[in-house]
Amino acid sequence: MMTQTSIDRPETQAPDHRVSDHAAESTFRETDDSDRAIPSIEFRDVTMIYDDRKVLNNLSFKVMKGETKIILGGSGCGKSTTIKLVLGLLKPDSGQILVDGEDITHYSEVAMMRVRKKIGMIFQEGALFDSLSVYDNVGFKLHEQGVPEEEVEGEVRRMLRFVNLEEAIDKLPSELSGGMRRRVGIARALVGDPKIVMFDEPTAGLDPPTARTICELAMKLRDLEDVSSIFVTHEMNNLDYLCSEYAVVNEAGEVAFEKEGEKLCLINSKVLMMRDGQVIFSGTDETLRKADDKYIQKFLRGH
Amino acid sequence: MNIVTRLLLELQEMSLLSARAVGGLFRKPRYIPETVAQMDSIGVGSLTIILLTGFFTGAVLTLQTYPTLESFGAVSQLGYLVSISLVRELGPVLTALMVTGRVVSAISAELGSMVASEQIDAMRALGTDPIRKLVAPRLIALVITLPLLTLIADVVGIAGGWAVSTFMYGLPSAMFTASVRDGITTDDIIGGIVKPLVFAFLMATIACHKGLKTEGGTVGVGRSTTSAVVTASIIVIIADFFLAKALQVILGTQ
Repeated sequence: MMTQTSIDRPETQAPDHRVSDHAAESTFRETDDSDRAIPSIEFRDVTMIYDDRKVLNNLSFKVMKGETKIILGGSGCGKSTTIKLVLGLLKPDSGQILVDGEDITHYSEVAMMRVRKKIGMIFQEGALFDSLSVYDNVGFKLHEQGVPEEEVEGEVRRMLRFVNLEEAIDKLPSELSGGMRRRVGIARALVGDPKIVMFDEPTAGLDPPTARTICELAMKLRDLEDVSSIFVTHEMNNLDYLCSEYAVVNEAGEVAFEKEGEKLCLINSKVLMMRDGQVIFSGTDETLRKADDKYIQKFLRGH
Repeated sequence: MNIVTRLLLELQEMSLLSARAVGGLFRKPRYIPETVAQMDSIGVGSLTIILLTGFFTGAVLTLQTYPTLESFGAVSQLGYLVSISLVRELGPVLTALMVTGRVVSAISAELGSMVASEQIDAMRALGTDPIRKLVAPRLIALVITLPLLTLIADVVGIAGGWAVSTFMYGLPSAMFTASVRDGITTDDIIGGIVKPLVFAFLMATIACHKGLKTEGGTVGVGRSTTSAVVTASIIVIIADFFLAKALQVILGTQ
């Protein structure tokens, strides 16, 4: 049976499941809620053919509740396709896709709209609406739902504070830097507090400190908000951050990031490595580093 | 895929697109502010080019036909000739072609770059149907404004014809206006309004379809814009012939 530590988190009530402990001194607690057994996202033998090329070939994997699945792989291996399938932006040629245990494979566009409400998606370049200000971008979903303006403003400000960009509220996307656009994209995706979030290469083309900021946001979501996510990337430092650090709220009420060590070992980040539309590795980062597959080693070391 | 299958496939996709856009009009949310904004940019924005096109078309028509009519001793019919040509044919077709150049290109480029930068996907991911949010307002705006623009082009064109006949050929002003009044029938005007309605529908569908089908980044945007303008222009001219024939049959004016 899995045992867990509890970490003092005054601001959130999300169940604590992210850290398993090797040491005996921590508080023990049983896993209580049974619906955690249902994966947030499940792919069953998904195949996708595009112009006679198999973009995905019998892809199967699960993302459990509160888990971050880091999908690694070279360009064109089907990573982005995978997350677009979860949102129903593309349809598979065969296989099944389940979101929260619900088979969405054959959902129509109208039925998909309901499923999409619980999923947040962060696109590669942010994909902000050029013609709308940051405020309207982040508040887009709420405006579409006809939420009163005061509520929209409160929510937009809360989300921009989360990504630390409140001062950019009246700017247009063209006035923002690449990293800021990505962060606005994150804020927009998180409106409505989705429990599933997809990151499509969120740090590609960003400088290391900004990339780190984006990873910290992903960790905050994972550890403090109990969000399940798929994090597509091909940058190894993202893997290092997400698999070895976790976010906690310290005594001062601030979010801090701690490294896993002797006492705690992160169990809520898993790695999936893809090549040519197939899974070539699935497991933790430790086992990934020990894998003797030549391609994996080349990918990890860059030569 | 051979060319026939591809054509049929495109036709099917366009029909589905326009059906979904029109179908969406009857359900909430309705995008009225978007539609008004599009009417402003499509309609009011095209006013200058339509005024210029209309005026000079009417002017050159008079310039070229006056000598011929004069040799038949039929200058009293000048207003009739100019107004009929404009209201039935030149007004609707030239307006549609000018608007194609200005608006169809803009729509397909805008939607195309939204596809290329994943904004369309982002919109769907946020739970909004881009067909209702983007396609329907453009379709409606074009269907409403194109007949109005055509009407303006007709009026300004006749004014251009009048100006040339009066100031360059010295035809009495009353003779021109009288033949315009006597010449035009209600059927001509109905035909002149029905045509732009159909053109607008076809143009908007082609523009949106080509834009949303953009593939291959920025190069793709250029390709789909060119393709939208070329297709829309040709379709307008082809549709004009069949509409003219259909109107002749329906209104019994052959």
